[in-house]
Amino acid sequence: MLIRHTPDLSYSQVTPKEAYLNRRRFLAASGAALVPGMLFAGTKLNGVGKGPFGTTETQTPYDAVTTYNNFYEFGTDKDQPAKLARGFRTSPWTVAVEGDAAKPRKFDLDEVMKLAPLEERIYRMRCVEGWSMVIPWIGFPLNALLKQVEPTSKAKFVTFESFYDPKQMPQARYGGLPFPYVEGLRLDEAMHPLAILAVGLYGETLPNQNGAPLRLVVPWKYGFKGIKSIVKIRLTSKMPQTTWNLANSREYGFYSNVNPEVDHPRWSQAKERRIGEFFKRNTLKFNGYGDQVAGLYAGMDLKANY
Amino acid sequence: MQAWISRPTTERNAVTITNALTGRAAKAAVFVLCLVPAASLLWRALHAGLGANPIETITRSTGDWTLRLLLATLAVTPLRRITGVPQLIRFRRMLGLFAFFYGCMHLTTYVWLDKFFAWPEMARDVMKRPFITAGFTGLLLMAPLAATSTKGWIRRLGGKRWQLLHRLVYFSAAAGSIHYYWLVKSDVRRPVLYAAILGLLLFYRIGGKVMGRLEEQRRWGDGALSGPDGA
Repeated sequence: MLIRHTPDLSYSQVTPKEAYLNRRRFLAASGAALVPGMLFAGTKLNGVGKGPFGTTETQTPYDAVTTYNNFYEFGTDKDQPAKLARGFRTSPWTVAVEGDAAKPRKFDLDEVMKLAPLEERIYRMRCVEGWSMVIPWIGFPLNALLKQVEPTSKAKFVTFESFYDPKQMPQARYGGLPFPYVEGLRLDEAMHPLAILAVGLYGETLPNQNGAPLRLVVPWKYGFKGIKSIVKIRLTSKMPQTTWNLANSREYGFYSNVNPEVDHPRWSQAKERRIGEFFKRNTLKFNGYGDQVAGLYAGMDLKANY
Repeated sequence: MQAWISRPTTERNAVTITNALTGRAAKAAVFVLCLVPAASLLWRALHAGLGANPIETITRSTGDWTLRLLLATLAVTPLRRITGVPQLIRFRRMLGLFAFFYGCMHLTTYVWLDKFFAWPEMARDVMKRPFITAGFTGLLLMAPLAATSTKGWIRRLGGKRWQLLHRLVYFSAAAGSIHYYWLVKSDVRRPVLYAAILGLLLFYRIGGKVMGRLEEQRRWGDGALSGPDGA
């Protein structure tokens, strides 16, 4: 038997999305006002200028950027981080910058936020799995932070470490990866103006699932190089051992520059699916940032140094 | 007294179960149940609920259900023996055909939605990428089983030969499990779970065979010692 059910909520009664988003922003902002220096995920960021290198391509919708995430500490399914990182405590937050530097020290998050003017950088993001997005990040060049500690001549590499707390990240132990998550760059890559530390996206502070409160964005490399929720940065003379490289060195090289000519052993990297599009598009070398970064790898065999 | 009260009830229960399992309604119910994953995908597709990467969602779901239904098919025989409800055999063909159905949907998703008929690219995939090779093999092995699943084909081939052919299902399920295991990046929990269930189902059969052999040997042995000829 069919039972006709009349919905007891008419469409006109539904709160418009704009309104509830504003309410959420208001709550976040009022929270931040109560505790000075605290920034919650989804707080509006003011005084953000337009940064260089921006693409004019269609931006991936906010919903997709914030519900389709690889953040294995909060589960290996794409939709898990958005759900399981909700209660993640990102305040107070400090970043220790240490190693081969003349002035190593710790930075509070609000110090970090004031190191350089915040810029919007609309970058392509290409995941090693074969999908891509266009994301309007907010951040500043990584070199602004590194210059603060004055790297010595011994420093050749930069190691980044994520926050890890098994209590807040109970799913992490099933991820099959050793945590805390570690990533690395060569110092000249890290100093490149394209490499940024992001503190926000779509005009607001980073949602937890996107790596709040502070993450790396290196748009010419596969997405996993963009380490999330950074607590430690170390300048070293040796190439660091990075998480995915440790897990499977044949599949995830240290460089991991986007390169359609070098396949992942299990799948081709020649094409990618832009989230929201049906047809795949060709993947561009260095994710289309070759004009800016190809010089970093002059004379290097990119097939051997994948 | 106890026995007198309880016996008719158990008998009645047994009869009810048998009736329920041999009736038309049971088959229809299993049929509808097997269609739920496909219907759910369709419903979510129409209501924009397939997530940020719909093609991936469809690929994953159809792949998952292929493997789950293959395992369900393989679970029928052990379940019949363990529960003592032989009527369960009625559902085996349907489960197997549904596994093939979801496998075909899985392949169609790959060919149409994912690769959009880029044949040379797919040929390279099948040759070069072990996980695709395994998946393709698994589905290919299911095809002759689906084709010969009718009563007519059992008759034409003869029970023994038909049964031998249909042993391919073990290889197909193994290929499917390997396909899944080789696909994941680092979290192997789900593929390992599927492989473990498959292992258990195979172990039950091999164990059963070995036990049967031993039993036979024992009986023959006894017979040789105490039988009229041996004495």
